[in-house]
Amino acid sequence: MKVSVTVNGNPVTAEVPDRTLLVHFVREEAGLTATNVGCDTSSCGACTVLLDGQSVKSCTVLAAQADGRAVTTVEGLARKGEGEAGGELHPVQQAFRAEHGLQCGFCTPGMVMAAVSLLAENPSPTEEDVRLGLEGNLCRCTGYHNIVRAILAASKEQVS
Amino acid sequence: MIPAAFTYLRAGSVDEALALAADGGDDAKFLAGGHSLLPLMKLRLAVPEVLVDIGRLSELSYVRADGGDIAVGALTSYHDLAQSSLLARELPLLAQAASQVGDPQVRHRGTIGGSLAHADPAADLPAVVLALDAALIARGPAGVREIAAADFFQGLFESALQPGELLTEIRIPRPASAGWSFQKFTKRAIDWAIVGVAVTGGRVALVNMGQQPVRASAVEQALASGAAPRDAAAFAAEGTSPPDDLNGDVRYRSHLARVLTARALDEAAARA
Repeated sequence: MKVSVTVNGNPVTAEVPDRTLLVHFVREEAGLTATNVGCDTSSCGACTVLLDGQSVKSCTVLAAQADGRAVTTVEGLARKGEGEAGGELHPVQQAFRAEHGLQCGFCTPGMVMAAVSLLAENPSPTEEDVRLGLEGNLCRCTGYHNIVRAILAASKEQVS
Repeated sequence: MIPAAFTYLRAGSVDEALALAADGGDDAKFLAGGHSLLPLMKLRLAVPEVLVDIGRLSELSYVRADGGDIAVGALTSYHDLAQSSLLARELPLLAQAASQVGDPQVRHRGTIGGSLAHADPAADLPAVVLALDAALIARGPAGVREIAAADFFQGLFESALQPGELLTEIRIPRPASAGWSFQKFTKRAIDWAIVGVAVTGGRVALVNMGQQPVRASAVEQALASGAAPRDAAAFAAEGTSPPDDLNGDVRYRSHLARVLTARALDEAAARA
């Protein structure tokens, strides 16, 4: 079927099999490969993107279900600037860098998107709120402490 | 992993959804949030030939007071249940249980109707609506009918819905007394409950203690005849047939049912 999704503000239209998953649409049709396929069973959260502003696991959403809707991936967070390096990172991305909220980096795009959704719903979370809000994202390096610190730092940055 | 090939159809109205499902016959399934169905399809445990997507029927997403009942649209997401101020006030048991299903991403997509129609005995909301004595409204080719929660869950992944019938609304009588509790025990954050228990008023329903969600009748009878909560909870596993799997054997689950029921009855009493 023909599926049209606005990915990071840009319309992407493709003729895909009905059974195409959103994560494959994003990676193969939109050509944006930051969104990872991890467990492929809606457990790990590596494939987390925003669908109309809410975090979802894109391995468990059909591309057809996102037809006509807006998807944001981690590539769409940074503010666009002049030239390749001219953009400004999103506050959550900046905080992950400042607090070293990653080790191998595989879970990071999903973690960042889960964090953006969490902060949109709860701009001033407690540490417990953040830990509960990350229930759906696994870091196999187990680097959770710095990830939680980064999200708390980003919330203070956004609120102030 | 990708599902086996199927034909995707999108319904623009409940009537259209029923017509598309009727055309698809026995091999058609309704798709709501997809968080029960799509994982099964990826594992090829479910192989429908036609999916009728009802996810855009926003008219089926609501929580509203309706006379003595609270009416919940079948397409209301777990997230919206957890955020509903009406539920927080009138039916906190449902709001709290919904806030503990899966994880935030799952709660954004998964729907109450999808969970109930899927009829997984390890899922939380089937036991919650059983404890709340809800009525489930279904529309099908033969019209509208109301099914009591007690008659709806008929076995493992088996509900009273007929082929082509769509669950549209859950009607829940406002509880007569204020006490309530929802307890579940999991090994890891996002796991299904090894055992769970929902308590409201004098009713007690158990998650994952049989082929379907079950009322703990012996506990209810003990409470009705004046037993103390701790004594009544001792009967929690009576008449149940819990599964025996890697997460726990029958003895362990029976123990968990007694412990969680005692905690739930204590908490409900403290809130009453």
